[in-house]
Amino acid sequence: MTLLATLSGVYKRDLALTWAGGSGLAAPLGFFAGVVVLLPLAMGPERALIAAAGPPLLWVAAALAALITLERLFQADLEDASLDQLLLSQAPLELIAAAKGAALWTGVGLPIALFGGLAALTLQCPPAQVPMVCAGLAIGMAAFIGIGLFGAALAAGVRRGGVLIAVLVLPFFAPPIIFGAAASNGLEAAPAAFQLLLGVAAFYCALGPLAAAAILRFQAD
Amino acid sequence: MIAAFANPDRFMRLSAWLAPALGLAAIALFCIGLPKALITSPGDYQMGQTVRIMYVHVPSAWWALGLYAAMGMASFVSLVWRHALADVAARAMAPVGAVFAALCLVTGSIWGHPTWGTWWEWDARLTSMLVLFITYIGYLALWAAIEDETRAARLSAILCLVGLINLPIIRFSVDWWYTLHQPASVFRAGGSAIHPDMMAPLLIMAAAFAAAAGAFTLLLMRALVHRRQALAGELRLARAAA
Repeated sequence: MTLLATLSGVYKRDLALTWAGGSGLAAPLGFFAGVVVLLPLAMGPERALIAAAGPPLLWVAAALAALITLERLFQADLEDASLDQLLLSQAPLELIAAAKGAALWTGVGLPIALFGGLAALTLQCPPAQVPMVCAGLAIGMAAFIGIGLFGAALAAGVRRGGVLIAVLVLPFFAPPIIFGAAASNGLEAAPAAFQLLLGVAAFYCALGPLAAAAILRFQAD
Repeated sequence: MIAAFANPDRFMRLSAWLAPALGLAAIALFCIGLPKALITSPGDYQMGQTVRIMYVHVPSAWWALGLYAAMGMASFVSLVWRHALADVAARAMAPVGAVFAALCLVTGSIWGHPTWGTWWEWDARLTSMLVLFITYIGYLALWAAIEDETRAARLSAILCLVGLINLPIIRFSVDWWYTLHQPASVFRAGGSAIHPDMMAPLLIMAAAFAAAAGAFTLLLMRALVHRRQALAGELRLARAAA
């Protein structure tokens, strides 16, 4: 198989697994929606308060939603030995990990970013800002998933690795959260924050697959 | 030079006297530094007597960072040369660094109460120290979660290195975030140069903390080496019995 065929095979397989029966997407999306609905209930219906807390809240919800998709990302492959198959393939493991990340981003990250626009409207975000919120969340999800590949690979062999992943990647989530939330609040620093968010996302998307591949080689032997 | 310390026997012989020696040095330095820091050094003209917390707060912050950098180096050596003791060293430094980070956070919080009027301020430095503390916890959690020791060592080394690359980015982002939201009322220390009468006790305390960190690290390394030896012995016995 050519390199491209292998990678697109991995991508399609992971995307199919995510959307099969809707469960792969439903859980993080439901989680995201749950946070967005519950927080106004906790804060009270005052419009100004919700408008101020809205964008930061969306970012926390998106980060948590990304977190809960990571646990099974490599664990399932390790358990049913499809990871060994991937290791045997001629395609570099780094690119395979990147393809898996891309599938997760398409399957979960992008829908959450789009849904985030709708959620932003309910949180009193001015409609003119909504495209910016969606774009920011889409890039932010790429950053979360990029570095998440690394955390997921580390915890792949661990029973109940979800908690471990959370502790491992939480420090890495700080920069995208900071820049992402600042990029979507419509203030003066927003364009600068957006550029910094792009930078962090690019770095994490490069670093994550490299680190994940190095780890998976140790996990398999 | 690096290979010379890879021999566990040589390390055990060396550390058998180096660990207590460092411990004694730490006690001696604390005996000199603490009276200076707590009694004879001057109070601050703005913060008064509360400035004395600095002599614990600042050294623990320095060495919490320094130990993580040392862990990064040890992890690198462990990954590249498969050095037998480097991963033990990194593993042994982690709890010491975590305690220093925690000490820095607690003293910072206690110091914040009289000077900032709050137990916790989302100050850029406190926040990055909190992130560093979580990084330490994650590192230790990964070691605890993986049973196979060689695999745990390799994976933790990668985690440590990736964390090391990322710490400056986190630091930058937190600084950026803080200047964006900086509240005007916060009192900012460290703007002016530190007085020499305060610098001397601070440096002595920093040296004391360093000696204590060295002693604790060596003791923990010895314990980990003993544990490995015990596990290997157990394995041998089991094989002989079978």
